[in-house]
Amino acid sequence: MQFWIIQGLNSLSLGGLLFLLSSGFSLIFGLMRLANLTHGAFFMLGTYFGATALRSWDGLNIWVTALGAGIAVAAIGGLFERLVLTRLKTNPLGQVLVTLGMSFIISDACLMLWGGDSIPVPTPQNLQSPTRVLGFVFPTYRLVLVGCAIGAAIVLYFLMERTRLGAMIRAGVDDRQMARAVGIPVSNLFTVVFCLGAGIAGAGGVLGGPILSAYPGLDGDMLPLALIVVILGGIGSLLGAFIGSFIIGFIYTFGTALFPELAYIILFLPMIFVIAFRPQGLFGRVGA
Amino acid sequence: MTISRRQFVSSVAGAGIASMAAPNLVFAQNSGPIRVGLMAAKTGPLASGGIDMELAMTMFLKERDNTLAGRKVELIVADTAGVPATARTKAQELVEKNNIHCVIGPLAAFEALAIADYLTEKEIPTLGVAAAEDMTQRHPSPWFVRLTSTSAQCAYPLAEYSAKELKYKRIVTIADDFAYGHEMCAGFQRAFEDNGGKIIQKIFTPLATPDYGSYVAQVKSADAIFLGTAGSNGFRFLRQFIEYGLKDKMAVIGGMTALDESVLRNMGDEALGILTTSWYSAELDNPLNKVFAPAFRKQFKYDPGYYAGGVYVTAEVLEAALKTTKGNVEDKKALMAAIRGGNVDTVRGPIKIDEFGNATGDVYIRKVTRSDGRLVNSVIKTYPNVSQFWTYDKTAFLKNPVYSRDYPPAKNLEQ
Repeated sequence: MQFWIIQGLNSLSLGGLLFLLSSGFSLIFGLMRLANLTHGAFFMLGTYFGATALRSWDGLNIWVTALGAGIAVAAIGGLFERLVLTRLKTNPLGQVLVTLGMSFIISDACLMLWGGDSIPVPTPQNLQSPTRVLGFVFPTYRLVLVGCAIGAAIVLYFLMERTRLGAMIRAGVDDRQMARAVGIPVSNLFTVVFCLGAGIAGAGGVLGGPILSAYPGLDGDMLPLALIVVILGGIGSLLGAFIGSFIIGFIYTFGTALFPELAYIILFLPMIFVIAFRPQGLFGRVGA
Repeated sequence: MTISRRQFVSSVAGAGIASMAAPNLVFAQNSGPIRVGLMAAKTGPLASGGIDMELAMTMFLKERDNTLAGRKVELIVADTAGVPATARTKAQELVEKNNIHCVIGPLAAFEALAIADYLTEKEIPTLGVAAAEDMTQRHPSPWFVRLTSTSAQCAYPLAEYSAKELKYKRIVTIADDFAYGHEMCAGFQRAFEDNGGKIIQKIFTPLATPDYGSYVAQVKSADAIFLGTAGSNGFRFLRQFIEYGLKDKMAVIGGMTALDESVLRNMGDEALGILTTSWYSAELDNPLNKVFAPAFRKQFKYDPGYYAGGVYVTAEVLEAALKTTKGNVEDKKALMAAIRGGNVDTVRGPIKIDEFGNATGDVYIRKVTRSDGRLVNSVIKTYPNVSQFWTYDKTAFLKNPVYSRDYPPAKNLEQ
């Protein structure tokens, strides 16, 4: 019983982390039709920013740090989109390649700046002691992280469904040509969405820091997870990213617990099935 | 590949000069510098260790004014990036382009294995750092020595210590899911169970494990958990282990890289009291290390660990051999014989090299304590002259298969 409860909670917290990672990826993919391979690097950059800030200033709040790192990464993402990606807009393959190149640049820059050692991100003081859940001990921070993910999902939902910006983005996702035709500035929208996606990744990187630590190669570890979630959940669907994150959280956690030798196979198996039988993903729309 | 005109001209010119110099070759060889190739991963995930290797080597040479046994030394550092294929290319470059006389490194076992056959074929004296068991057991090379240890060599003493002195009965092991982790846990298990203990669970995690939570939650209740990890993985695991409140319930012990000095410098009080085993510690109290470790710390602001120490020891052995051959590196056979025959005092203590090319030397049980405000591995017990075969009979040992995930079989696992 303890096994199922603890691993269940683990799945939820990993799912939360994955949502913070992949929602931005999904947004960008949905609107720009661009598999942004820099996403893992944005996430890692957030973690490094967070690690540096939290270790340099005692008593700095992790939520403020996440916001700050999110804005910083969003700015970097925005510059990258404006200066590089827009110039390649007629060349989708070139865009994907350039995002891959950018991810290498960021990871090498991180290695130069922060060195090869793993840098821990401190867990907030007041969340360090474990919580008792139904008589079992569980790290408090992981529970809070699930709350964060749900909070982020709600905010994003309102942004997408209830604001003018959200309506424009949805229009762009559904039919880019038509959106342009009715006067939506799709190109500016691209920049906004790219900043937003990068920013969420950066903030998520800080929040995931206490669990993951900042280390060279974090980007490469996280990017495939974002891809899996988005392929499973459906391209451009926030709900899909949300549900997909938690499904992958459960599959990964129980997979590694029950069949540790098959950890990676179990992780990628659902993706293969989805691609084979439901290419648009669980919540993606046909033709999207 | 395209060759530019300039490259072509310079290579032809180079060949011309070389052939003109040919008559003087014998003379020139003995008076030119000794060319040492250092293979270190300076980029990629293994960069931390690789950079330490280079720092230690340059420091060693600088202390000696770049002169060993009366001859100048030219150090050529090749960045393997922690990738076997790159290591192979770089090895070839070192041999064929730089004409090196010997190689130190590389860092990771898969890199070392990728270049072993090539360096043996070219008869290049190689002083390794990587720990793969069979390189000095079932497939030794006359051109290869290792001055650090095999994967399991340091695990044996800790296993005996755990059973006999700490009176642990049941232990869980966790390590990265690759040969180094398999071999170390297998050796630990063998010695621990031979001393009456039981390994009740063996967990292997993929090298790239983003979240250790699901592994921590599986750990069964035992007297202690043995960390056979390398790099930052051990410490990332340990943090989750503490967050799940397990550190109060069972002891943590670790292999030679789990709480290396390079890892400790990023840790806090949570590491205090953890026991690990290694052939080195920056805290070692011998005259050579009393000079080396403080000098390294003064220069680079942190303690030397496995990789810095390993390369420094290797350089010491090389220097001793060069003194024996009076600086002659052109006679590779004599150099190799001098390296293998060396009884050298090093920063890790005195070492001998066995017939398979592996170092036999003291192994230390270390405890993490705080000294001058920083975390250090203080030595609490020394096991003298530990061989790669521990107390086992060499012939019988070599008849067994090499250690792996499933060998020797774990008979006491609990479901």
